[in-house]
Amino acid sequence: MDLLIPEVGTIIWSLIGFSITFFILAKFAWKPVLKGLKQRDESIEKALQAAETAKREVSQLQSDNEKLLAETKAERDKILQEARELKESLLNDAREQAKREGHKLIADAREAIKNEKAAAIQDIKRQVTELSVSISEKILMHELADSDKQREIIEKSIIEAKLN
Amino acid sequence: MHKLIGKVLLLCLLMLPVIPGNVSLAAPAEKRGEEFTEGHNEETTAHEAEEQTGKFNPGDFMFDHIKDAHDWHLMSIGHRHISIPLPVILYSKNSGLHVFMSSKFHHGHAEYKGFHLETSGENKGKILEADGTRPLDLSMTKNVVAMIFSIVILLWIFLAVGKRYRENPLKAPSGIQSFVEPLITFLRDDVIKPSIGPKYERYMPYLLTLFFFIFINNLLGLIPIPPGGANLTGNIAVTLVLALFTFVITTISGSKDYWTHIINTPGVPAWLKLPPLPIIPLVEVIGIFTKPFVLMVRLFANITAGHIIAMGFISLIYIFGQMAPALGYGVSIISILFNVFMMFLELLVAFIQAFVFTFLSAIYFGMAVEEHHKEHHEVEHA
Repeated sequence: MDLLIPEVGTIIWSLIGFSITFFILAKFAWKPVLKGLKQRDESIEKALQAAETAKREVSQLQSDNEKLLAETKAERDKILQEARELKESLLNDAREQAKREGHKLIADAREAIKNEKAAAIQDIKRQVTELSVSISEKILMHELADSDKQREIIEKSIIEAKLN
Repeated sequence: MHKLIGKVLLLCLLMLPVIPGNVSLAAPAEKRGEEFTEGHNEETTAHEAEEQTGKFNPGDFMFDHIKDAHDWHLMSIGHRHISIPLPVILYSKNSGLHVFMSSKFHHGHAEYKGFHLETSGENKGKILEADGTRPLDLSMTKNVVAMIFSIVILLWIFLAVGKRYRENPLKAPSGIQSFVEPLITFLRDDVIKPSIGPKYERYMPYLLTLFFFIFINNLLGLIPIPPGGANLTGNIAVTLVLALFTFVITTISGSKDYWTHIINTPGVPAWLKLPPLPIIPLVEVIGIFTKPFVLMVRLFANITAGHIIAMGFISLIYIFGQMAPALGYGVSIISILFNVFMMFLELLVAFIQAFVFTFLSAIYFGMAVEEHHKEHHEVEHA
């Protein structure tokens, strides 16, 4: 039964042994170990937080980029649209103007032609008149050389005038 | 709690790779036991002639191993005992202080300076004076030497680990550091912090020392060759000292609420707390002492039981060997298999007992430092 009775010597030795171990370990082992573990925990915590922030920033940046890209795309589309419209309107204008110019040209040409024609006709008329006068002169000179003939003509003209 | 149990089991599994080394050491255990027994038989014939000579006595065989001794017995060949002598330090009221080696006693055959080593009876293994009284025995016994060895190992491991943390705490753990770090963080995060609460950091050094002191000594106790194999954590004096530390720290750190809770437990009717029958304060005050007492007995009983079972299986070999040698050889196979199984179990027990002692100490500290709130009590005692 002396198994259950603590020996005074063993008690004293284990008191001394455990106390020494406790003090040495507390000072030279547990202090740096616990401090180190705490430090490491904190640094891990910090690193995780930094990673989280960086992730958030990156996603922010990404969404910004996407927004920017979308805006740019929209702008481009708008510009293209405008360009197309501009082209369309320019073309139309040009076509319109060309048409108008053409019409005007044609009209001018017609006018000129008309004028020219009128002038030409005038000219022709004049020349015809002159020609006919000179012809008539010649004929008259030739015809009126004989007095019989003159009479005949007069008579004939009177008759014609009567008929009229 | 489930998480906690899972972690304990995981840690035990992690320890399994350590086992092959111990298992291979289990074989020498059988051998040692054999020689030990032969020596013991010789002793029996020499000193206990009145008992049946040559008969193997498993009780003595076991208790000689479990109890402390003044020399470290290695083996006995025939009539020769081979053991490591250890220093004997005595203080006698009659003749003062004496320091000499235990080899002077020649295993109890000789007297020295009026002291002799008792070899039988009630004081077997103890040093007695000529008049039969016991001097104050401060000898460095087997357990003391084993404890010093374990302390050297503890300091060697943890000073090296501490140095690494001091040099570069942010580096990933390596070597022995990676073995102890999970244990330390497990104890800190899952045992000590939840049990004690925000003031846990003050108690960390003691609880960590406690855990590793018990754990290392439990493991060393499983190694059957010196300087292992001493039954240190199965010695009631050692567990008493450990429990005493827990008791003293609990008592010192007791808050006002802790003492109030003991003397004037809230939520209990007044007639249970006042004379003539102050039963609740009485129970609470007894509880202050039973808590460390239970710690002491639990560790002692668990480790001693493990050693007794291991020795019991070895004893079987000799009991059957005395009936017929062939039977002894046959039984030895089964005994060794059982011993290997026990080794595995004891590895688990070595961890669990260290864990339980630390865990309960932490809970007692937690009870001592806890600041109670009024509504807290009503919930507790509802």
